[in-house]
Order: sequence, then C-alpha cells, then structure tokens
Amino acid sequence: MATLTAEPVAARPAPQVRVNRWDSPWLNAKLIIGLIMVLSVALSGVVGGMFWDLRLARVGTSPQDLPPAFVPGGTWAHPLGTENSGRDMLAVLLTGAPRSFRIGLIAATIGLLIGVVLGCLAGFLGGWVDRLILIASDAWITIPSLVVLIVISAFVRQISAETMAVLIAMFAWPGPTRLIRAQVLTLRERGYIRMARLSGANTFDVIFREMMPNMLPYIAASFTGNVSGAILASAGLEALGLGPTRIPTLGMTIFYANQASAVIRGMWWWWGFPFLVLAIIFSGLFLIAIGLDEVANPRLRGLQVKQ
Amino acid sequence: MSGMTRGYVVRRFLMWVLTVWLGATLIFAIPRLAPGDPIAAMVLRMSAQGQIIENSAELIQAWRERFGLDGPWYVQYVNWLRNCMTLDFGYSLTQFPARVWEMIWRALPWTIALLTFAVIITFILGNLIGALLGWRKTPPLLRSLLPLTLTFSSIPPFIFGLLLLFIFAYTLDLFPNQGAYDSRNLQPGLTVEFLASALHHAILPAMAIVLTSMGGWALGMRGMMITTDGEDYMILAQAKGLRTPRLFLRYAVRNALLPQLTALALSLGLIVGGSVLIETYFVYPGVGYLLYYSITNGDYTLMQGIVFILILTTATAVLIIDLLYPLIDPRITFQKR
Amino acid sequence: MGEHSNDRKQPSRDGSLDSRRVVLDVQDLRVHYATPRGDVIAVNGINFQVYEGETVGLVGESGCGKTTTAMAILRLVQPPGRIIGGRVMVEDTDLVSLSEKQLRQLRWVKLALIPQGAMNSLNPVMRIKDQIGDAITTHEGRLPADALKQRILDLLNQVGLPARVYGMYPHELSGGMKQRVCVAMAIALNPPLIIADEPTSALDVVVQRVVAQTLLDVKQRLGVSMILIGHDMGLQAQLVDRIIVMYAGNIVEIAPVREAFKNPLHPYTQLLIASIPSIKERKPLKVTEGLTHDLRNPPPGCVFQFRCPHAREICRALKPQLREYGSGHLTACHIYENAGEYERSAPIVTTATPSAALYAADLFKEVDPHGRAAS
Ligand SMILES: Nc1ncnc2c1ncn2[C@@H]1O[C@H](COP(=O)(O)OP(=O)(O)O)[C@@H](O)[C@H]1O
Ligand code: SF4
Ligand SMILES: [Mg+2]
Repeated sequence: MATLTAEPVAARPAPQVRVNRWDSPWLNAKLIIGLIMVLSVALSGVVGGMFWDLRLARVGTSPQDLPPAFVPGGTWAHPLGTENSGRDMLAVLLTGAPRSFRIGLIAATIGLLIGVVLGCLAGFLGGWVDRLILIASDAWITIPSLVVLIVISAFVRQISAETMAVLIAMFAWPGPTRLIRAQVLTLRERGYIRMARLSGANTFDVIFREMMPNMLPYIAASFTGNVSGAILASAGLEALGLGPTRIPTLGMTIFYANQASAVIRGMWWWWGFPFLVLAIIFSGLFLIAIGLDEVANPRLRGLQVKQ
Repeated sequence: MSGMTRGYVVRRFLMWVLTVWLGATLIFAIPRLAPGDPIAAMVLRMSAQGQIIENSAELIQAWRERFGLDGPWYVQYVNWLRNCMTLDFGYSLTQFPARVWEMIWRALPWTIALLTFAVIITFILGNLIGALLGWRKTPPLLRSLLPLTLTFSSIPPFIFGLLLLFIFAYTLDLFPNQGAYDSRNLQPGLTVEFLASALHHAILPAMAIVLTSMGGWALGMRGMMITTDGEDYMILAQAKGLRTPRLFLRYAVRNALLPQLTALALSLGLIVGGSVLIETYFVYPGVGYLLYYSITNGDYTLMQGIVFILILTTATAVLIIDLLYPLIDPRITFQKR
Repeated sequence: MGEHSNDRKQPSRDGSLDSRRVVLDVQDLRVHYATPRGDVIAVNGINFQVYEGETVGLVGESGCGKTTTAMAILRLVQPPGRIIGGRVMVEDTDLVSLSEKQLRQLRWVKLALIPQGAMNSLNPVMRIKDQIGDAITTHEGRLPADALKQRILDLLNQVGLPARVYGMYPHELSGGMKQRVCVAMAIALNPPLIIADEPTSALDVVVQRVVAQTLLDVKQRLGVSMILIGHDMGLQAQLVDRIIVMYAGNIVEIAPVREAFKNPLHPYTQLLIASIPSIKERKPLKVTEGLTHDLRNPPPGCVFQFRCPHAREICRALKPQLREYGSGHLTACHIYENAGEYERSAPIVTTATPSAALYAADLFKEVDPHGRAAS
C-alpha cells in the first residue's frame, strides 16, 4: 500500500532513504586506500616523465652500481641508485610500473569479456551449453597456466607487452565465467528478472538494465583479482628472463638482480625497490578486492557485535 | 557407494582425462603454432640469453629429425599422445644418455614434498585465521591482532622469497640459500640427519609460499564463516546450548570449509605454476627448477616431458581432492563442485 | 503500559480463572535493529505470560516482530539486533541478564525452539542422530551408547518418524520430516516451554496437517507449554489456548482463543479475523499490504492509526495502553480505554487513497459478525 499521507501525518518527516550522499557502500576505506596505492603507482609513469628523464632507464646511461642517495656513496643524481649495467633505478621503476599495469589491464579486460559472454551464455541457456562451458573452464583452470606461459614465451622470440597480455588473457577467463554464471543463476531466480522476462523484455535488455547493477561489485572484484593475477604472471615470466627485453620491466629488473647475485653482493636497492613497488601494487589490488567484496556483500562489513 | 556418488566419481575421472588430454594437446600445439621454426626459435633464444651455440644450423636439423618434427602432423600427434601415455619422452638433449623420465623422476619428489608441505600449512593456517576472524566469539584482542598475519598477502611468493633469502640466509645466516638438502655431506635416505637437512632447506621456500598465500585463504574463510553464521542451523545449534568449541568446529568451520576445499582444487594449477619461480629463485632441485633449466638450455624434450608431468600431477591432485570431497560433504551431487 | 505485567491470574481457554504456574514472564521487552538510518524498533516493550501446560498463539502480519520476540526470549537476537531492555523471567531467573555460561546451561533444558524455516535449521553435514544426540549429551553428560540410541529412536517414534531417519543426513529427508526432526529435538530434554516459530509455514498443505497433528499430539501427551507463532489463523484456532496479537512491535490484544475469534476487540484483530474466508482455508495474514509507518520512526499515539478504519484525533495524540476488558481479555485501543473522549474526537481520514480505507471498512462491516466497533 502506498504511504498514507493525510496532511497532519505528513508533518512527521518521512525517514530519508539516505542520510547523506556520503552514506554509500562504495565509500569503503579499504577500497579507497587500495585505489590510492594503485593509482599512485600507475600514474607515476605519466607524472614521473615530467620530472625525471626516463631515458636513464637504458643501459649505460648512468654510472654502474651506485647505491641510493641516502646511503653513503650515493648521489642525488641517481636518488635510488643504479644497477650493474648503468641504468638509473628511479627511471627503471617509473618506466616499469605503468607497463605492468598495462599488461594487467589488457589481460584482465580480455579475460573479463570472454567471461561475461561465456558466463551469460551458460547461465541463461543452461542445458548442454552450460555443462560444456563449465567442463571446459574446470579443465582449463586445472592446467598450471604459468607453466604453459613459460613454454610459450620460450618459443616466441622478442615477445611484446601486448602479445604477453593476450597470452595471459587466455588463462584469465575461467574465474569470471564461473562467477558471472553463478550470479546470473542467482539473479535469475529472483522475481524481478522473471517478471522482466514475462513482460516480454528481451534478454539482452534484462541482462544490462536489471542485472548489471547487482553484478557490478562482483565483476569489479573479479576484474581486480584478474589484473593482479595477470601482473603476477607477467612479472613471473619477466623474472625468469622470458618477458620483453627491450624496455626494462619490474620483473626483469629482479631477474637481472638475481642473476648478478645482487642479494649476496648487498645491492639491496637493485631488487628491493622493484620489490617495494610490486608489493604496493599487489597490496593495493588486494585491498581493492577486499573492499569490493565488502561492497558486494554487506555482511562482510559490520562484524562488530553490539550485545 | 550410492549410484549418485558413482556417477560423480565417473564424471570426475572423465574430467581428469579431459584435462590431461587438453594439456598434452597444448604442449603439442605450442611449438607448431609458434611463429617461425620452433627449434630455430629455441636455439636463437638460447643465444639471446648468452649461451654460445656453435653450428646452429646442424643442431636444428639434428633435433628436428630426432623429435619427429618432420612427419605429417597427425602422425606426430598420435605418436606424441602415445608417448604421453607411456611417459616415454625420450632422451634429454643436454644430458644425453639421461632419459627425460629419469631426470623428472629424480626431481618430482622434491616438488611434491615442498608443495604438499607448503600448501597444507597454508591451507590450515589460512583457514584457521579466517575462521577466527569470521567468528563472533573470537576474543577482541585476538581478532585485532590476526590481520597482522595477512601483511604479506598477495605479494608474489618468489619476490617475497628474495626478501626472505636476504634476511634469513644472507644477513642472519639461519637457513641455507639453495638446494634441497646438504648434498655435500649427506646421502638421501630415511636418516634423521637427511630429513632434518631437507626440512631445514625447505623452510624458507615454504615460508615464501605460506606467508604470501595464507591471506587469500583467510579472507575466503572469513567470508564463508560470516555466511555460515547467518544460517538457520547455527541459530538452532546455539539455542540447543551447545558449547562454543562444538559450535565453532562441528557446525561453523565444518560447513564453511567445504567451499574452501573446492577453491583449493581450483587453485592448484596456480600454485604449481608459482612453484616454478620459487624453485628457480631458491635453486631448489624440483621439477620447476628443471623446467627453468630446460628452457634456458634449450632442452626441448626435457621441457615437453616436464610440462606434461606437471599437468598430469596437478590434474591428479585435483582428482584426489574431488574424490575425497564426498567423504566430507554428504550432499554431494555431481553437477556441483 | 505494563500495568498487567504483574497480573498472573488470567483465564484459560474455557475462561475460568486459574492460578497455574507461570513458566515464562516477559516484561517490557524491547529489541532494536541497528541500521545506518537509525534503529528499527522491532519489539517495543511487550508484556505477557505463559502458564504451565498452556499454548499461546503469537500472531500478526509478516514483519510485526514475532520472530524477533521469540529470538529475544531465547536471547538469540542476531546482529544488528540487540535487546534494549526488559526481562525474560523463566522460573525466577532473568535470561536477559544471565551470564553466557549460565544461559548456555539453561538453554534447551528450560526453553526449546522449533525454528522458522526448518528446511535449513539442520546442520547439513551431521547425521540426525548426532544432531539430536548432542543436545542431550551437552546437558546430561555422556550416556551409554545404546541408551542414547534408544532415546533418540524413541523421540523419532514420538513424532512419527521411522527409525531409519536415525542415521540419515538432513538432505535425505523431506521438508515435513525435517520439521518433525526439529519437533523431536525440541522435546528431547522435556523442557517446560517450547517456542515454535511458524512451524508449518514453508510446507505444503498436506504436510502442514501432519506437522500440526504432530504438534498437537506432543502438546497433549507431554503437557508442555508452547508459544506457537504463526499467521495461519486456522492452525491457531486448533492448537492454542490464548492468542496474542502483535502489530508493528506492539501487543495490541491478548485474548482466550474463543474470545478472540468470537469477540475481537481491537480493530486490527477484527480485520484479521474478518480476513479469514473460512477457518478451514489457511492463508497468510494479509489484511492490507505492508506496514504503514517506518519502524524506525513510530508515530506518537496508536501504532495502528494509519490503517485503522476507526481512527480519530485522539488516536494520534495518545498511545492507548493494554488494559483488561472482560476476564483475561486485554487490548490497547482508545475505543475502550477512553470511550468518552474517543466519541468526542473527530474522525480522521487515514489513507491517501480513500477507496482503500473504504474497502477495508466495507470488508470489516460485511464480515464482522459482531459489528463491535462499527462507528
Ligand atoms: N537484520 C535486520 N536488520 C534490520 N531490521 C530487521 C532485521 N531483522 C528484522 N528486522 C525488522 O524487524 C521487524 C520484525 O521482524 P521479524 O521479527 O522477523 O518479524 P516476523 O517474524 O513477525 O515476520 C521487521 O519489520 C524487520 O524490518
Ligand atoms: S486507538 Fe484509535 S487508531 Fe488505534 S486501534 Fe483504536 S481506534 Fe484504531
Ligand atoms: Mg518471522
């Protein structure tokens, strides 16, 4: 029944739907901190290029083996030191970090697109299509993707960042597929989707108008996980010396550092700074994923017991 | 065993066959689909990585003949599948008289032991932390301290391994920096010294895996515990006046753990892939390190064999988990995992 | 409010005054659910007693606070809900202020629950025997294995379940069987009081009968007191001695069951009774749709004012108190409490859509056999 609005009754203010516009589940502390961490690294390449000469990331542009400036022997000309082939560490980080994101974003986007298509197909069509897609994704997810990627990279000479992203994407679809299928099935059970269907709306409309808003946080969480997974895979390949070799990447810097026994030689800045940047990237993405989880599932938010 | 469970077992087994076949086909297809000549590419990559290769043209031709890369593709494919079924991958290219299978057989126990050890500890610790985080009656002090254990979550294990090596192997000199046991003074065998040495060598790589992947399990488990806590059977169990430990273990954890086990099966592939990096960075003589060796040295046969064995092992581990699953979830039906 | 909370002499089904033992005395119980936009006042200071051997029906439309009341009595309100105040007296102990440990020991021994939604109330990974068994062993200590088994089999037998259920898992049972397992579990320790929260609502009609019969059997055989929550007025008429009507977190009427059906006092109760097409045909309570005010923001005056066909100015200003009119028949309404002032007070239009009010009023006039409160 509609609200009863006899005049004096309305004098009592109806409770607001929202106390204010800051009262949104999307304003989640973990989500925001994670975003800040990730964005600050991602933007560093853009902004960094204005303040620092990124050409210093090339071999032989700087003196070799300099420690960071704040350590005895260091110089402010190379604030984060240099490595053994004369690259400036700051320039290396400023070039490498955004590249990692690029690969991560491309791979995760492709993986998500495949996942949305397959997941919706499986969830809506059901029957043998559903079974086939499930079986394929289950089998595919069991195959150790990094191992296969290692082999592929071994055969493809001079792999480009984009090729690598596409290769990684081949293994990034089963997760989103399962997730979206499960979501479609749950939402399909809810009345309003059935209503929309009965009322003759076409399926595509139903998906996008009715279901997407509900699925958004889940999709975003899964996407974040995939970005993280893709960066991990690319950093892993690079760290085995199998990534792109022309431009420095974070993983490859660690690979060179390991090959040159930087750990034993006490050149901690060589592997330590890429480590730190990767740690910020992954922790940031991790926080975003947790935050999105809490957005999607309100019960995860308030576990305070008030009894 | 009821009919339903038998159907489930058959399905899981077919799944295993499918996965292994898919893996074998991938290994067959990759070199043939790669742009250019796979063998040439491999030899070139070796030279790109600094190994000097003399008479590469001859070498390429010799390899091509030896690996049956010159018949029609379907003959090659059938041969390859037959080799996979008999685990016959021929000789290693770089250590000639050694057969690929022998080399893998020597390395495999290390990988299986390290991963089993690390994964079981990760799974138990992660789920325990998550269960306590998601349990209402966890003491507040403990609850506020537990998230500290998740600090390293999501950092790639191999990079974290570098940090561990730097701190515990080089700086503090508490643990060895490479190898799987003290191979200078000890012979492998069931002696206390050998086992102690193997454990000593495994702790750092295992820690690299445990500390970085515990958090994911903990978060998943926390979510499952919170979901479980809202279930009607938890309310009835409380109304029955059961003691807290029983509520926690037999009702909450017991149910929350089921999806986690499924997740474990789904993530084994990732774990195995990651172990290649761990073994490489810790110079741990398992299959992963052997794979790295085969790639940097252009040992094509060895590489093929290793990848197949890794896929086979992973699929088998998943199969084992799947087959154990009905034992802990009486509701098992075959369409759900 | 609360003048009657100490009046323990109330009539039983046949209307005779009796001085039976009070097994449960709920005093000024309040439960709030915290939400981002303020507390939902789900139970707003309610008072009632349950006597030994008596079955009390708790009725009211969905969302009026029945389950919350039951959970509060058991002190099992789930977050974000919490008990704000009041007492739940069971044999001179107040459950609300008891320590966790003492409470745990009293649970199930003094107070058992047949939960709403028995479908999901059994642990899916434990056998029935273990789920009934752990309730027994937790409170009585370890028993010899065969004694325990015999006892569980007896319980299953009492609710009409075959012995094979003993070793089964919940998913192997039908809905009705699960519900009867819950009944068996509830009587395992012979508690003086059982709270059954809509024990038949999720079942189909045939199974509803079976479960209702089981409850009736158990009640007659064991003489246990029961609070039977439900919106199935037919079942209520069959099973209960007294009926408590709730509306928006408040008790608006308490009456012996025959009185409640023959002579409902509160306009809300009248609508409830009127909306039962026939006592045989069971339908969920649905007088008019939904609540008319937000539970976070209750109006001053009567809680029913927005939907009441008889609302007058006084109903907006003053909250009516639960008072006794006739033996054991209580209600909270100005028509009775302040009859004079009510008569002088001007009628108010209570809905934005007058036709809805007219409809409700018409319905009431047509069906109400007594025309009690017709204005
Ligand atoms: N978790 C909750 N959060 C907020 N409000 C709740 C929650 N659970 C119940 N409520 C509110 O409490 C009121 C009473 O609910 P409930 O006791 O379940 O009613 P009933 O059992 O009579 O259908 C409802 O109006 C509902 O809005
Ligand atoms: S007090 Fe007034 S509004 Fe409330 S039930 Fe009685 S007549 Fe209706
Ligand atoms: Mg209810």
